[in-house]
Amino acid sequence: MSTVEAKAPAGFAPVYTRPKSLSAARFTYCPGCHHGIITRLLAEAIDELGIVERTVGIAPVGCAVFLYEFFRCDFVQAAHGRACAVATGIKRANPDLIVFSYQGDGDLAAIGTAETVHAANRGENITVIFVNNQIYGMTGGEMAPTTLPGMRTVTTPEGRDVRTTGYPLRMSEMLAQLEGPAYITRQAVFDVRHVQMARKAIIKAFQNQIEGKGFSLVEIVAACPTNLRLSPPEAGRWVAEQALKYFPLGDLKVRE
Amino acid sequence: MPKGLVVIDKERCKGCGLCVSVCPFGVLTITRELNRFGYNVAGVSAPEKCTGCAMCAQMCPDAAIEVYREAKVKEGV
Repeated sequence: MSTVEAKAPAGFAPVYTRPKSLSAARFTYCPGCHHGIITRLLAEAIDELGIVERTVGIAPVGCAVFLYEFFRCDFVQAAHGRACAVATGIKRANPDLIVFSYQGDGDLAAIGTAETVHAANRGENITVIFVNNQIYGMTGGEMAPTTLPGMRTVTTPEGRDVRTTGYPLRMSEMLAQLEGPAYITRQAVFDVRHVQMARKAIIKAFQNQIEGKGFSLVEIVAACPTNLRLSPPEAGRWVAEQALKYFPLGDLKVRE
Repeated sequence: MPKGLVVIDKERCKGCGLCVSVCPFGVLTITRELNRFGYNVAGVSAPEKCTGCAMCAQMCPDAAIEVYREAKVKEGV
């Protein structure tokens, strides 16, 4: 396993170095997967706030299932969809820990809807990173609750038919209506400007937890180039042009 | 213009090309070189054009890129 040590060559100063809270493990995501960008942003946020020693992550079921391999902080692997419930338990038992869950749309918006809605409604002081890539990536590209109308997946080869499978679930809008959450925002990572905005949102979500403000959720509209069958740059443009029509970006709830 | 230096960890790179697509100066390219996982890795084809803006590193989904910038002589850092 090779690692480039953060050592500046003579006469050069570092502008960007690999986040310290990442382990030496290679990411197991497909080439160009937005999960990788989001995982890296999480590590940057943990570094910036200096909380790696007291952070506990909850790994989901899905493409990010090996998240515990990539970080130098503690992790618990939750059963499918139950990350918010596990995070609630850890945070309540150890209020000094910083607890975050990292979940995909199949995890958070399908099998884990109940746990997520109730954790948000109780205003649990946890941080949730919700990666919405509109598909079940790891299992081979089946329709997810967030799949766009007319979008082709392996289980909707003619495109998602809203008459039989319903409409895409806008989790952030749903949760923003509740009294409990402190911060609900939707971001994207298809270009550098949006990556920087997503980074700020993740840092704010952790800051809220440190200040005891309550439930913070950052939804990130991501691309799955493998299952979209597009090159990574094209998949990013697809998100910008198609997915954002249904999932507009911005802060949905900010409690000061 | 400051001079930049991009260091790519070839064993982490999966050749997705996102760094190539966001580089504003065309510094990077996907090379014919394979790493031990069989990916065509990204490489620096025009090092003289690099300003060290680090957009490639901010876009890299595998945290495989580190960016450095020539330190000013006066600062002596």
